[in-house]
Amino acid sequence: MASIKQKPKNSMQEHSVEKSSNGSTSTRAIMRLPDFRNLGICLRTLVIVNLVTLFAAILQSHGFVDTLKQMAELSVFTQPVLLLSFLLLFAASPRLVKLPYYWGVAGVIAISIATTTVIYLFGSYVFPADEMPGLARNWLLSGITAAIVLYYFNLRHRALTPAIAEARLQALQARIRPHFLFNSINAVLSLIRSQPARAETALEDMADLFRVLMADNRDLVPLAKEIALCRQYLALEKLRLDERLNIVWEIDSMPPDALIPPLVLQPLLENAVYHGIEPMPEGGTIKVNIYTSRKEVHVVLSNPYTTQGGHQSGNKMALTNIRERLALHFDAEASLSSKSVSKNNAKVYEVHIIIPYHPHSGE
Amino acid sequence: MLYDKQPKMITSQLKILIADDEAPARNRLRELLGDIDNITLVGEAKNGKQALALAEETHADVLLLDIRMPQMDGIEAAMHLQKLNPPPAIIFTTAFDGYALQAFDMNAVDYLLKPIRLERLQTAINKARALLPAQLEAIRPLQPRRTHFSVSERGRVILVPLTDVIYLRAELKYTTVRTKEREYLIEDSLTSIEQEFGEQFLRLHRNCLVAQASILGYEKSAGADGESHWVALLKDISETVSVSRRQLHVLKGLAG
Repeated sequence: MASIKQKPKNSMQEHSVEKSSNGSTSTRAIMRLPDFRNLGICLRTLVIVNLVTLFAAILQSHGFVDTLKQMAELSVFTQPVLLLSFLLLFAASPRLVKLPYYWGVAGVIAISIATTTVIYLFGSYVFPADEMPGLARNWLLSGITAAIVLYYFNLRHRALTPAIAEARLQALQARIRPHFLFNSINAVLSLIRSQPARAETALEDMADLFRVLMADNRDLVPLAKEIALCRQYLALEKLRLDERLNIVWEIDSMPPDALIPPLVLQPLLENAVYHGIEPMPEGGTIKVNIYTSRKEVHVVLSNPYTTQGGHQSGNKMALTNIRERLALHFDAEASLSSKSVSKNNAKVYEVHIIIPYHPHSGE
Repeated sequence: MLYDKQPKMITSQLKILIADDEAPARNRLRELLGDIDNITLVGEAKNGKQALALAEETHADVLLLDIRMPQMDGIEAAMHLQKLNPPPAIIFTTAFDGYALQAFDMNAVDYLLKPIRLERLQTAINKARALLPAQLEAIRPLQPRRTHFSVSERGRVILVPLTDVIYLRAELKYTTVRTKEREYLIEDSLTSIEQEFGEQFLRLHRNCLVAQASILGYEKSAGADGESHWVALLKDISETVSVSRRQLHVLKGLAG
């Protein structure tokens, strides 16, 4: 009995081992160098390098005041190295990212050693001093620091990978209220007898909308695509709400190629319709304003609202969800804020999203 | 044929009223009702307030009430509709409303899920009846804050918008609602109103709740006994409401 049972078990195990090794190679393939053009990454690097410097200063010093002195002395050297490295990494980033991971790592370490050399030689030329430590020791220190920084980002990436998979799940959760789905189906049904052609268009819009909603939403999409999706969604809402729903698009200066996580705008519009338009007997106007300013895309969405019959909790959930997904993709470079403003007796709710815009980034 | 067991209904046409804020939804219901025999569609409303007015005017037997509507939702409309004599039968309609449906199921309240099927609509209309007091009580929490008080006067239901109310005063059995134009009597107690609307009304006296928005200010005035006390000055009416000694802290809280 035991032997019979063992065999399939073994083969199962082998199978699963094979699978997991496949999995690990694929995760290795995804493993990438951090994007050194991202502000968040730069800030983190800055903090780590200075922590290492502080650590070194503490090791060398004899007391608190001495630590500060040591720190200052080390900083004179480390800060220029850091800044020069940032500049070089910024320039080399697109090429480094295309290299296999470990070649990329070697490249980053090489850059840090090269900048160390340059700054060292420059320093010993400008401030000739006897007690300047040897170049080889500096190479070692900067190489180790670079390795620590890369190791940190590697760990962080691994920690966030499940989170990115989860971003997809969150996109699922963020999307479409059942309320909208069933009301739309109801609206289409009402058209079938009297206006079959309109019913056809509406069903086509619904099919397109749900195709996007059910797709794998892990990757960024061009802004133009998200806008197209929003238009289809709004066409369906217009079917139900008719003249109660007005949309003003101010998107002439919008960069259509800017990348954005999918389903960021659509749920916000859905909120605007649900909280802003539906409770108003006369309806209202939703305004979408998109513009670029200093390499950032600004999306400002506003809708009227009443305090009566508010469903604010649902709204907050959607906002948190979108904020989290923006953070997963852009770290500190993206932001979402919301506020209510009173404009001549009418209350207006406004959501403001900022995402980074890198034209021709090729990615 | 369907009405064999209820012979008196064979001749009488059942009067149906639709209430939904979405035109396509009303359209769809109208089409379906057109396929059912022995009924007449007597009106279409866009919100709860209109539904109430139309129900009164047409003496509708059955109301198909959408839950989510602007101005006055279906749940609140159902509460006010109970004051009609006789109250109409109510069938709620909704596309999705998990929380409400749970309450309906538990209390055997009739509802239809959109998109609505002809057969389901037919069965629902056949067995439709007015809400029982217990059912009303059960669905009340679904609309935690009314937008109107309703008063039945000489067979009519009068709606008093909450925003019109200046103060509420407890009388022996009833509560007086004071608006700019006149007074109404309602059956709700001050305590229950206080619970429902919270900070919207201030308790200035043991027997008086005053709308925050109607208070212009406070003044010290001499009472009949020669002792001075605080009174609240009110918007739109010359009457004042005296602040009881016990409630002076409310006033102080506002000033601080």
